[in-house]
Amino acid sequence: MKLITAIVKPYRLDAVKTALQESGVHGLTVSEASGYGRQRGHTEVYRGAEYQVDLVPKVRIEVIVEDADADAVIETIVKAAHTGKIGDGKVWALPVETVVRVRTGERGPDAL
Amino acid sequence: MTLAAQGIDTGDTAWLLAATALVLLMTPGLALFYGGMVRTKSVLNMLMMSFVSIALVTIVWLAAGYSLAFGDDAFGGLIGGLDHLGMNDLGPASVHGTVPTLLFATFQLTFAVITAALISGAIADRAKFGAWLVFVPVWALLVYVPVAHWVWGPGGWILDDLGALDFAGGLPVEVTSGASGLALCLVLGPRLGFKKDAMRPHNLPMVMLGAGLLWFGWFGFNAGSALGANGLAAAAFLNTLAAGCTGLLGWLFVEQKRDGHPTTLGAASGAVAGLVAITPSCGSVSLLGALVIGLAAGVVCSYAVGWKFRLNYDDSLDVVGVHLVGGIIGTVLIGVFAVESMTGGAEGLLHGGGFGQLGKQLVAVVAVGAYAFLVTYGIGKLIDKVLGFRADEDHEHTGLDLTVHAETAYDHGVLGHGAPVGASLASSAPSSQKAKA
Repeated sequence: MKLITAIVKPYRLDAVKTALQESGVHGLTVSEASGYGRQRGHTEVYRGAEYQVDLVPKVRIEVIVEDADADAVIETIVKAAHTGKIGDGKVWALPVETVVRVRTGERGPDAL
Repeated sequence: MTLAAQGIDTGDTAWLLAATALVLLMTPGLALFYGGMVRTKSVLNMLMMSFVSIALVTIVWLAAGYSLAFGDDAFGGLIGGLDHLGMNDLGPASVHGTVPTLLFATFQLTFAVITAALISGAIADRAKFGAWLVFVPVWALLVYVPVAHWVWGPGGWILDDLGALDFAGGLPVEVTSGASGLALCLVLGPRLGFKKDAMRPHNLPMVMLGAGLLWFGWFGFNAGSALGANGLAAAAFLNTLAAGCTGLLGWLFVEQKRDGHPTTLGAASGAVAGLVAITPSCGSVSLLGALVIGLAAGVVCSYAVGWKFRLNYDDSLDVVGVHLVGGIIGTVLIGVFAVESMTGGAEGLLHGGGFGQLGKQLVAVVAVGAYAFLVTYGIGKLIDKVLGFRADEDHEHTGLDLTVHAETAYDHGVLGHGAPVGASLASSAPSSQKAKA
């Protein structure tokens, strides 16, 4: 199994969610995140004083899928989150050793 | 404001009742204006500094402030007498001009309230609440009350002897609060992280709402100062609207040129700057004068707020840049734009009055500014020595809302921001709630 984590622009969340649902991914976790990549942050101005805001708001989407589906899911997320503009985000995958469904105690791919 | 008693006029009284309520509303409006400009962790403390000023100044004013400011002159135009301590001798039949004296005293009280509250913007995020509770009454008696007497009291030296003009409080309210704010922020020193950490306003819609309430109340402040429902009130009312507008536009113009963006905080600040400047002058200048004074304040104040970063004093919410500078602009420009049709006598430079009025306005501004600065600095230092004026460092880091008031303004996220994770009502709830649980 793989844990796929995507950091994307907040307003792309709906598109990514819909695309994942259509591709058959059963569940996901979304959390607010902030950070920066190459674009750094942005500048805000209050009464003439400029503030450099490094950390840009993002959402973090996490899904766990079977190994065989991982590439397709990554592809789906990238396609849905893509705007072509700076700050589109990143997607990565990590191996997952165990997954347990809390309600039933099922383990492994059955718990997905 | 030294009219002989003429009997109560119901129209004048009705208007002044409304105007008094309008001016009182400015202080909660100021609380929102300031509250939105501080960080999330100290918004409640900021609101409290304004609200508690209403209570403290009201008590002090009724006990002694009114008598010392508006009682018969007791000493060389500098202070009033003690005849009306505790509002002694004043009842429903007492008349000031064409309005009840008790109403006039209440109207004036609302000015003292907001002036004290204004100062809190200079020391946002870092003052001990207990020290503020001591500061406000002492400051009201030693700074506001004498200046109010100089300007408006019977026999006060600034209006009656010097002949300077101040219709609605540029000297007692704006110059005094600005100079006092500067003194107090020097006593306390800058906020932790000043010029390093971003201290962005946490809620600009709140700032805009506060500015709107201030503007609304300002009609009572300025037009109410005519002390009657009459043409002078109407002229002051219109001048107030006009100057707020050009102040707003002037500030936005500077921002667009300088920073590339017209901001909401700039719009709110510009309107307030224009209103500050028209406060002393609204009863002395024509509409054209009001438009120019508002514009001048909007433009100059938007530059003046940057002084604190260059000169290294942390006037957190720009009381100096907006109120002191705006108050000086409005008070001094009376000497340029005063028209005889409004003042009934004095005329400014532009209308052939020469430099005389301008000189009087300058003397008044320097005297009031210096007095307010020096006495406030002394009061601040004394309180700092005896009680400590500056909040503890960890209180300042954590935020005064939680450390002083045991409250937080917002409940953020699923874990809750104010309560420790897993905290339950049972341990601290009153017994009635426990029983229900």
